Parts: sequence; structure tokens; C-alpha cells
Amino acid sequence: MTGDLIQFALMGKYIGAGLATMGLGGAGIGVGTIAGNFLSGALRNPSAAPGQMANLFVGIAFAEALGIFSFLIALLLMFAV
Amino acid sequence: MADEAGGLVIDPMHQFQIHPLFGEGPLTWYTPTNQTLWLGIAVVVISLVMLIGSAPRKVIPGRTQSITELLYTFIHDMVEEVTGHEGAKFFPYLMVLFTFIVTSNLLGLIPGSFAPTSHIAVTAVLALMVFLTVTLVGFYKKGIGFLGMFWVSSAPLVLRPILALIELISYFVRPLSHSIRLGGNIMAGHAVMKVFAGFAGVMGLASIVPIAAIAAIYGLELLVAVVQAYVFTILTCVYLRDAVGEAHH
Repeated sequence: MTGDLIQFALMGKYIGAGLATMGLGGAGIGVGTIAGNFLSGALRNPSAAPGQMANLFVGIAFAEALGIFSFLIALLLMFAV
Repeated sequence: MADEAGGLVIDPMHQFQIHPLFGEGPLTWYTPTNQTLWLGIAVVVISLVMLIGSAPRKVIPGRTQSITELLYTFIHDMVEEVTGHEGAKFFPYLMVLFTFIVTSNLLGLIPGSFAPTSHIAVTAVLALMVFLTVTLVGFYKKGIGFLGMFWVSSAPLVLRPILALIELISYFVRPLSHSIRLGGNIMAGHAVMKVFAGFAGVMGLASIVPIAAIAAIYGLELLVAVVQAYVFTILTCVYLRDAVGEAHH
């Protein structure tokens, strides 16, 4: 009986880790929005684009950070719980 | 992984295992491991490139001298642009951060090697040092006024305590996201390549597809290695701007 419970808990752990990776989709949407808007802006005014590269990368990094937290939760579920 | 071919039993995390270089035994803080070996190799490679590159001091630079000069001016321009004149004092620190991270990332991409930056233990120390530096420099430069960073004076008075709480949380989450971004990206890239390598082992003639995919992912990982080092450095610049720059919130 306890063996079944442990199997059940393991199942929940793996399902949870899989679900947690879905958060990375949000990061993908965010990074795509930033890069796409940068590109459309850069094509309108190419001379201003090189000066904004730093802002582009910082924006991407901040958007990515929130997705990385879900990756962290997946890792915690897999290896720490 | 060759002995595991024939089944889908692959362990993409095996490559991140830390083991002692000489013999077996418990890991202590002074044990030479593959981690310390590749950290050391990164330091040696940086020192060699910088020493050889800066030795000739020609007006028309050769190849190695060009690399060093480009690296130097690239980081210097970035620091001056983002943190301003006051933050340019921290250029040596940021130069070390960038060169160390980019070298360990690129060395980790050599097949059979080990990427020290794929371990969150390494990146967490780097990020914590950045966090401590920013906090200490902020309090040293601005005194108690550094806390004004959390009190957004442009917002309506009712919202300010809530915003202060959010700003405080986001300030303390910084080292976490800073370290996991670098470690997670490098680790995920290496794990993906190993997963595809596992496919290649069991697919027979059709394994040309995963092998082509590995080649493509390898190109992407070269890009990621440089971009993540750049992102780590520029975020450090952004954090330092909060500490040394004038209030702009």
C-alpha cells in the first residue's frame, strides 16, 4: 500500500515537472514580442537601431528571467523534492 | 554513452557530474575535480590570450592583438554607455566577468570538456558577488538615500508602499534570476545536445537527422554562449547604474 503511494507521489512529481516547463512558453512569447517589435522599429529607423541593442538584450533578459523561474521549479521538482 | 546505445536509456544530466580527477573518494572543498580543472583552464586561456595579444603593441594590430583590442573596447564602450562616466571605474570587474564567462562557455562547447558555468553553484557565486557589490557600492555612494530606489516618487502616494514592496522583492530576486539565466541556458543547451545524441545512437541509418540537428544546435549554442556572457555583463552594468548613477526612477 505504501509502495503504491510512493509510486503515486512520483507520478505527481514528474507530471508537475512537465507542467512547470509550460511556463517557458510564456518566456518564448515575451522574447518574441520584444525581438519582433525591435525589428519592426529598426526597419523603420535603421540608423537608431544599433544604439538600442543594449536595451534589446536587457529586455530579452528580463522577459526570459520569468520563464527561467518555471525551469527552476521543474528542476526542483525533479531533483530536490 | 556508447554502452547505453540500443535502448532509449540516456541520461543527459550525466555530463554535469563532478568527479575527482585522481582516484575515487569523497569530495571535499580542496579536491581537484573536473570542475576546478576547467575553471583553471579558462583562467590560463584568458591570461594567455591577453598576454600574447597585448605584448606586440603594434600600431597596426595582428590577429591576436585585434581580438584583445576589440574585446577591450567592446566592454569599455558598453560600460560607459550603460553606467555612465561614474560607473567606468568598475570596468576591470566587468571585463573579468565577461572574459571569464565567455571563455568558460566556449571551452565547455568543446566535445568531451566540461562547462563550469553550467553549474548553478558557479553562476550563483558570480551573481551573489554582483549583488553584494551593487548593494555595498550603493550604500557607500548614496548612504541611506540608496533606499530611495524603492520609493518610486513619480507614482501616486497610495501606490507607493505597494510599489516599494514589489521593488524590494524584485531587488532580492535579482541574484537568483541572474545566476539561473546563465546556468540554465548553458545546462539546457548541453542537455539538448546529449538528448539528440541519444536519438542518434538508436535510429540506425536515419540517425543522419539527429546528427544534422546536433550540428545546427551546436551553432546556436555558440551564439548562446556569447550572448549569455554579454547579457550577464550588461545586467551587471544596469544594476551598477542603480547604485552609482543619479536617481532616474
